[in-house]
Amino acid sequence: MSEHAIPAPWTMEPQTRTDFVRYQGASGDMNPIHHDQTYAEAAGYPSPFSVGMLQAGLLGTYATDWLGADNIRSFRVRFKEQVWPDDVLTCTGRVVSHYVRDGVALIDVELDCVRQTGAVAATAWATFVARAEEA
Amino acid sequence: MANLNAVGTVGETFALDVERGKIREFAKATRSTNPAYLDRAIPVAPPTFLTVTNFWQPSAGTPWSAAELDGKRVLHAEQQYEFFGPPPVAGMHLQCTSRIEDMYVKQGRRGGDLTFVVMVTDFTDEEGTLVARATMTGVETARAAKEDA
Repeated sequence: MSEHAIPAPWTMEPQTRTDFVRYQGASGDMNPIHHDQTYAEAAGYPSPFSVGMLQAGLLGTYATDWLGADNIRSFRVRFKEQVWPDDVLTCTGRVVSHYVRDGVALIDVELDCVRQTGAVAATAWATFVARAEEA
Repeated sequence: MANLNAVGTVGETFALDVERGKIREFAKATRSTNPAYLDRAIPVAPPTFLTVTNFWQPSAGTPWSAAELDGKRVLHAEQQYEFFGPPPVAGMHLQCTSRIEDMYVKQGRRGGDLTFVVMVTDFTDEEGTLVARATMTGVETARAAKEDA
């Protein structure tokens, strides 16, 4: 595997309630647990927490910047830990394997979205068609 | 108590139009600056964009309720999107059909049964070609989520 195939980690500005709401509006998941303080406290949480699918989306942003938006063929994400307001998230990625299937060169990668505590909030596994320079 | 007989339940097919403005909104909400989403006249959909079925799927289109889970104890465990070619682009009119693909019970690490439900949604284009598949895995835990917080 070539060295340029490994991207720099992407550390973001702290997560805000506005980020959660903006994602909820974009995705259509309006569960109040992610934006309503009163509702969240009644459910036993200290505050609203992020939407897992937002972390999935951030990993998708990171992965397609790396390997190309048109090239993705599979994206699977597992949710591991909640993300809270003011969390600082970092996305990282690594190549798992290069291979050829049905004559098409593919790359499998593994991606983590990590909180400032070091805990992994979400892990994703993605498959991309390899660009010429990555095949 | 979950209904394991729900496997095979199919929802009504529903339409989903892939829209340029929605792609732009979704890309910005996921902190993307990728020109493939923001600058093209016909942008491609981001990897998890098809979650916008939230706006299109009627209640008759989702077989989820057949699993009879207790919503207070259900967590989103995994989500997958597969594309059988390049991902959908703006302007495509998709037909979407959801089904309960699988249900199974596992012993939880902290005791109690975990009931997993796998719901698959197939997305076909106007020619009937399968272009994408979403697979959602939900899990009903033994206790309400807040008790684990």
